[in-house]
Amino acid sequence: MSEAVLGPIENKQLAVASQWQLVWWAFKRHHLAMAGLYITAFLYLIALAPGFFATNDPSAQNGRAAYHPPQSLHFIDTAADGSWTIKPYIHASVLKRDPQTLAAIFTEDTSKKIYLQFLGSGYEYELFGLFKTRLHLLAAENTTQPIFIFGADRLGRCVYSRIIQGAQISLSVGLVGVLLSLTLGILIGGVSGYYGGRIDFVAQRAIEFVLALPTIPIWLALAAALPHDWPAVLNYFMITLILSLTGWAQLARVVRGRFLSLRTEEFVMAARLDGASEGRIIFRHMLPSFASHIIASITLAIPAMILAETSLSFLGLGLQPPSISWGVLLREAQNIRSIATAPWLFIPGGAVVLAVVALNFLGDGLRDAADPYNK
Amino acid sequence: MLRFIAKRVLWMIPSLVVVSFLSFVLIQLPPGDYVTTYIATLAASNEVVDINTANELRARFGLDQPMIVQYWKWITGIVLHGDFGLSFEWQQPVSELIWERMALTLVLTFTTLLATWAIALPIGIFSAVQKYSVMDYIVTFLSFIGLAVPSFLLALVLMYIAAVHFGQDVGGLFSDRFMNEPWSFDKIVDMLGHLWIPVIILAVSGTASLIRVMRANLLDELSKPYVTTARAKGLSEFHLLMKYPVRIALNPFISTIAWLLPNLVSGSIIVAIVLSLPTAGPLLLQSLMSQDMYLAGAFVLLICALTLVGSLISDILLALADPRIRLE
Repeated sequence: MSEAVLGPIENKQLAVASQWQLVWWAFKRHHLAMAGLYITAFLYLIALAPGFFATNDPSAQNGRAAYHPPQSLHFIDTAADGSWTIKPYIHASVLKRDPQTLAAIFTEDTSKKIYLQFLGSGYEYELFGLFKTRLHLLAAENTTQPIFIFGADRLGRCVYSRIIQGAQISLSVGLVGVLLSLTLGILIGGVSGYYGGRIDFVAQRAIEFVLALPTIPIWLALAAALPHDWPAVLNYFMITLILSLTGWAQLARVVRGRFLSLRTEEFVMAARLDGASEGRIIFRHMLPSFASHIIASITLAIPAMILAETSLSFLGLGLQPPSISWGVLLREAQNIRSIATAPWLFIPGGAVVLAVVALNFLGDGLRDAADPYNK
Repeated sequence: MLRFIAKRVLWMIPSLVVVSFLSFVLIQLPPGDYVTTYIATLAASNEVVDINTANELRARFGLDQPMIVQYWKWITGIVLHGDFGLSFEWQQPVSELIWERMALTLVLTFTTLLATWAIALPIGIFSAVQKYSVMDYIVTFLSFIGLAVPSFLLALVLMYIAAVHFGQDVGGLFSDRFMNEPWSFDKIVDMLGHLWIPVIILAVSGTASLIRVMRANLLDELSKPYVTTARAKGLSEFHLLMKYPVRIALNPFISTIAWLLPNLVSGSIIVAIVLSLPTAGPLLLQSLMSQDMYLAGAFVLLICALTLVGSLISDILLALADPRIRLE
């Protein structure tokens, strides 16, 4: 977008605006990126308090509800006399057995309605891991009644609640992994770009080498090396560490490029002549001027991490059940027989796609907005 | 030009050494070794192996020596004799197990690369020329979705649609009757009939990103004065497009092979596992799970080495297409 018009913003304002304000103005004009921002924020909100958004306990098994199909949510309740009110409900389901195959058949009993309540009380969970509460966004009025908005899996666990719970791990793997690779990337890329010369040459070859390697076989081999009996938290950190071991190269390349182009700028020279220390030049003078680029690159790196974790867990080498992540959930959909009986097991995949698309839009918008002076 | 190629090829040697060492360290990482796994499997069926037998087994496989010695034996065996060691699990030389699978992996990857180009190029050009048209928005939107859908998910969904709606099994690369047959013309034809499904699945994400690259490059070129000049001189629109801007926009396109290839290889492994293709993927996963180290090591080494060779070829192609790179 080449037009330099900033809409209603006055030119006077433009002249005194800080760099971050300019970035924000440029970003706001990008509608897809704004949509990405809202969706991402919403998803991370869910990841922060999954218990509040879930309807059933994500780990609770229910033998009578194995492969229970999704129940559709109705919002407008019509009474017998034709009057209507807005009150969410689902129809009760009746379990029958096929006389020949003994397979479970669930039919909707349209005469029975199970009413739901906004901000109702359901199963007990810990909010932010701090205090116990029973408050849920949506809960059945009769708390013993399970609700399967997205159906149930092989063990009768609620797919919807598990997706909500899985958001926590899947989305945070992206963040933690990117922070780890960013640390490595800034360190290596920064040193390489700032000092140049022989150090730069070695670092450059290392970056090229890592970028040329196919990641999956290496991840697989590393993940296979993790002992299966490790606690879930340790396993989680090892997986993110493995993912960032190859993820740093991309970021290091961006950081190096920025450092190289800034190294010869006058303001860096001025700072050096003023006798500023190396650390001060890097962190006080150079870093702020390319921070927006870095933020854009990390936003674009998060979805790659999310996809990587999903793939690893899907193959059974990433996170292990009972940890819940979107990849672990998709593992249920691994064989053709279970997805033929329960296609709703694909829904966690939809969550992955939504998160990745939203983050990609957000990152693209940020990248375009990162350099407001170039417009 | 020769100087450039020679320099670039020489650079491959340290890379390959590092890759070989890396693959060996990777497969050595798991705690315990094949004998431990073997004993655990036997213990599961109530057979007890005493320490002496275990140590004998270790000595026979050379697992009791220090790692650097094991590495040296392994790599010299590969380089000098083409001997990749013995697969513990299959009780067969690794080299007998891998070549056909590696060859099929190569066929799959290469076909996908061609397909990616063949799809992305025309769509990218179209999308740039018809900028901000309805079709352009549709293409942009689809390519964002294509980037976001993990390839294994796409494979699963296709398998589901084929199984439920068409009653067909799309897994594998061969029909049942060709499965164990020796290679023949009919078998190749049969393979091509199965190959297009994994190729399309794999091509999606690469195509999506290449379309975006091509569109952006071409948009930059289209606004340059030489295009206007050529148009003012009365060159036909199609001729003009193909002769100048597309050729220049193609340049970064070639350089994308270098990063497209590792992604493609990675993707092909997962898709092969889902679709149970007779390529490297499923056997690699299985050998990693059972710590069959020489088999796993051979796959990791060959896959990484092939990818490095692929990026070497793309670098040379790029240097052929763009003289500026040679002089750098």
